[in-house]
Amino acid sequence: MYFLIFFSMPFPIFFSLLAAPRPHNPPAHPPQRGTPLGARRKRAPGPPRGHTRVPSPPFPSLPFPSPPEPSRAEPCRGQVARAAAAARGRAAQGRSRSASSAAASASSAAAWQRGGGGQAPAVATQSRAEPSRAEPGRASSGRRPPAPVAMSGAAPGAPKPLPSSGPKSLREMPHPLATSSSEEMGPALSPSPDLLLPRGIADKDLSLPNGTPVDTSSPASSSSLLNRLQLDDDLDGETRDLFVTVDDPKKHVCTMETYITYRVTTKTTRAEFDLPEYSVRRRYQDFDWLRNKLEESQPTHLIPPLPEKFVVKGVVDRFSEEFVETRRKALDKFLKRITDHPVLSFNEHFNVFLTAKDLNAYKKQGMALLSKMGESVKYVTGGYKLRSRPLEFAAIGEYLDTFSLKLGTIDRIAQRIIKEQLEYLVELREYGPVYSTWGGLEVELSEPLEGVSACIGNCCTALEELSEDMTEDFLPVLREYILYSESMKNVLKRRDQVQAEYEAKLEAVALKKEDRPKVPTDVEKCQDRVECFNADLKADMERWQNNKRQDFRQLLMGMADKNIQYYEKCLTAWESIIPLLQDKPETK
Amino acid sequence: DEPVPAEGRHTAVPGRALHEGTQQMEDCLAKKMEITVSEAEKRTGRNAMNMQETYTAYLIETRAVESQNEGQCSPVDSLWRRYSEFELLRNYLLVTYPHIVVPPLPEKRADFVWHKLSADNMDPDFVERRRIGLENFLLRVASHPVLCQDKIFYSFLTQEGGWKEMVNETGFQLKADSRLKALNATFRVKNPDKRFTELKHYSDELQSVISHLLRVRARVADRLYGVYKVHGNYGRVFSEWSAIEKEMGDGLQSAGHHMDVYAASIDDILEEEEHYADQLKEYLFYAEALRAVCRKHELMQYDLEMAAQDLTSKKQQCEELATGTMRTFSLKGMTSKLFGQETPEQREAKIKILEEQIQEGEEQLKSKNLEGRDFVKSAWADIERFKEQKNRDLKEALISYAVMQISMCKKGIQVWTNAKECFSKM
Repeated sequence: MYFLIFFSMPFPIFFSLLAAPRPHNPPAHPPQRGTPLGARRKRAPGPPRGHTRVPSPPFPSLPFPSPPEPSRAEPCRGQVARAAAAARGRAAQGRSRSASSAAASASSAAAWQRGGGGQAPAVATQSRAEPSRAEPGRASSGRRPPAPVAMSGAAPGAPKPLPSSGPKSLREMPHPLATSSSEEMGPALSPSPDLLLPRGIADKDLSLPNGTPVDTSSPASSSSLLNRLQLDDDLDGETRDLFVTVDDPKKHVCTMETYITYRVTTKTTRAEFDLPEYSVRRRYQDFDWLRNKLEESQPTHLIPPLPEKFVVKGVVDRFSEEFVETRRKALDKFLKRITDHPVLSFNEHFNVFLTAKDLNAYKKQGMALLSKMGESVKYVTGGYKLRSRPLEFAAIGEYLDTFSLKLGTIDRIAQRIIKEQLEYLVELREYGPVYSTWGGLEVELSEPLEGVSACIGNCCTALEELSEDMTEDFLPVLREYILYSESMKNVLKRRDQVQAEYEAKLEAVALKKEDRPKVPTDVEKCQDRVECFNADLKADMERWQNNKRQDFRQLLMGMADKNIQYYEKCLTAWESIIPLLQDKPETK
Repeated sequence: DEPVPAEGRHTAVPGRALHEGTQQMEDCLAKKMEITVSEAEKRTGRNAMNMQETYTAYLIETRAVESQNEGQCSPVDSLWRRYSEFELLRNYLLVTYPHIVVPPLPEKRADFVWHKLSADNMDPDFVERRRIGLENFLLRVASHPVLCQDKIFYSFLTQEGGWKEMVNETGFQLKADSRLKALNATFRVKNPDKRFTELKHYSDELQSVISHLLRVRARVADRLYGVYKVHGNYGRVFSEWSAIEKEMGDGLQSAGHHMDVYAASIDDILEEEEHYADQLKEYLFYAEALRAVCRKHELMQYDLEMAAQDLTSKKQQCEELATGTMRTFSLKGMTSKLFGQETPEQREAKIKILEEQIQEGEEQLKSKNLEGRDFVKSAWADIERFKEQKNRDLKEALISYAVMQISMCKKGIQVWTNAKECFSKM
């Protein structure tokens, strides 16, 4: 009986031609003449669900690309072998999540073990990295100022940028790919017995050079992959060793500006931290700085997004409670995501962010040194065109494109719903009081009418709460993921660049047809870079997918919950006035 | 004092029976006869000016109730009537029973619509609701202790041909008070019964508040429709999204289905609410009927006051003529002063006429007084009956409205719980 036109465009409201069914007796006899108007019109079915779910191509879990047989530095092999053995053991235990990566890393470990000596790729562990191994050229603040920080342990007199970092020096957290600087860091990075392994992993074989998961200069190395797995297991087994929270927003009013700071609290048992607990205050700028630093220093990884930087001043009150709270939640999520990341959480900038009393001093230092870096800081070499993306990354790219599209649609729908709800609320606010006015005219009906009026008022309140919740809790998370997808696509492009460079250089060499005993080092470096990147990205994608699933599960369940609560509140209100309405007045 | 039946009117029902609604009902036509307006049909025909017109005809079916109790199905009588005939019937009742709050007809044109499409008189939904409204009207009349006994009403239900002529033959149109006269009376009446004055104010305010309520309700319905329908978009996008997901896909897809269900549910919900709106509308129109009774009272009272005033002035004239004094200025008095007095014979004649007129006038005044008191009594009895009916009906309407809201909330909880379950499986 209803002809519904489903939306071909997201927004317009369509009207239905109603032909109501007859509530009374059906006709005793069919009409004699004319067009029967009473016949029930069937409801036209809506357009069929056009998008039957086709199982998406399984997330490619190709074996780790086996690199050409590179030789590995002798000393590394043992460690790698041990790690590999551990990984295989774990794989045998059948942990599904890390199975593929475990298998991959196991095979890669094996592959790498096969390598003979000689060529030492950038994959070598830091402690024995040879100076000749050019660092991958990644824009690295990973090429971090060696002097003050790296030497902090070795050179007590070196100026420390962090006066409050405590008596012990910060262990150097070298950028995984910054192999060239590793020589400078060598002494400081020799495996030190006092570096504690994360608790709870004692039973696993982890005696890597310096014991930390990110010790290796290349994330693509088997050991770093394995360590990542180990960390995942840790998180699974609730043996986390780093907890970060963002809370307690406070407004600061200065002559030049007004801004909000948030308290960032850290609790940890990690050796990389001098103290078990820290509490610092940070403002949005600081988070932004951190993110930039992470992107610079870990370009092969997916860096979580920050909430939007700019707010239209006139429209949004950036000091309103709701806005600040929404932001706080997003910043908290940002830090937690980094904390959960096996590589990013050990990043030096992150450490400084969490611990430094005077972040600005550190920032200035960092920037000055960065400018000295000059030429090969910029990782993206540019100018190389990738012929074709490997399947798995093409799949990721396509997925991200569709994903962010769909999220955008959902965002628009959610906004539209909120808008419609608010307009509904406006009308309801006028509706309720009319019953009250009417009640004023009546005698016997006065109470029932007042009751209805109050009831509608309660529904208004409930609706207001629902809309607020959706605005504050639902929309921001959606937007976060859209930002996340965008930054991930950029990382994919960077990866393409790296691969393109490698292929171009490889071709150039092939064309020269020189009979060289080995591939020139710069091509080798490119190759390493590609492998590192691919490995990092794959691992990050997998963990991202998993987190995304959990995040959305929680988000959507939350949305359903809020709606349920809204209806429950309304239900209670209406049920409570039924007895009032049914009340028999006393007979006069 | 017993009410004196004036010609063409039925006796007002004695007061005591009015308190027991059910008692009366036994005597009502509604108990003896099953009445339904079962169908509506589009017709074309020629109107009075021989022009083609399209109208809707409604099938009225009646069946005697008693024979059903014997286990037999009595035959159904039926005839077709169009809206204008219903109007004619009602106008007849209004004129013939001015002391009765006559049940209203459903609206002539669609009003307070919440979406533009059903503003058309030919719209099937409007026609359907009108059919229900007409049936309701007939049932109201049939269950009214006074109105149900009316012969014209009975013929309306049972006599297809010649009914119109029958109605016109009653000459009721001649008895109808002109609007202008009524308006005049309203302004000029000096001493209306206080209760009627209050009732008049009440009915004005009732009309105002129910109109407002209906208007806002229509807007509320509009907005609610929008909220539900936009959720349908979730259904589509979840489905599309599920296509690119592995583990999340199933959960998303089935949740999307629930969003579609949610969006579709609003149609039935709002349709049910239309019945509530119709119940309110009936009382909106009832307020007008109340107002009509008040107007009649004012008219009668004004009439009475005028007659009394006229009588007083005649008496005065008489006195003046008799005593030769002029207490008040009169043209006659002036002219006679200017142009000479009348002869005693002339004066006597005038006095005689006046005395006759005075006597007539006094009798008329007496009967008007009586009429007025009758009217007030019987009207007030029906108004009390009406008040109780109104309170009962509106309470029922509010309860059913609350029940509708409860049902809507429960449906909402159900759908979202289902969706939540789907999400949890993601």
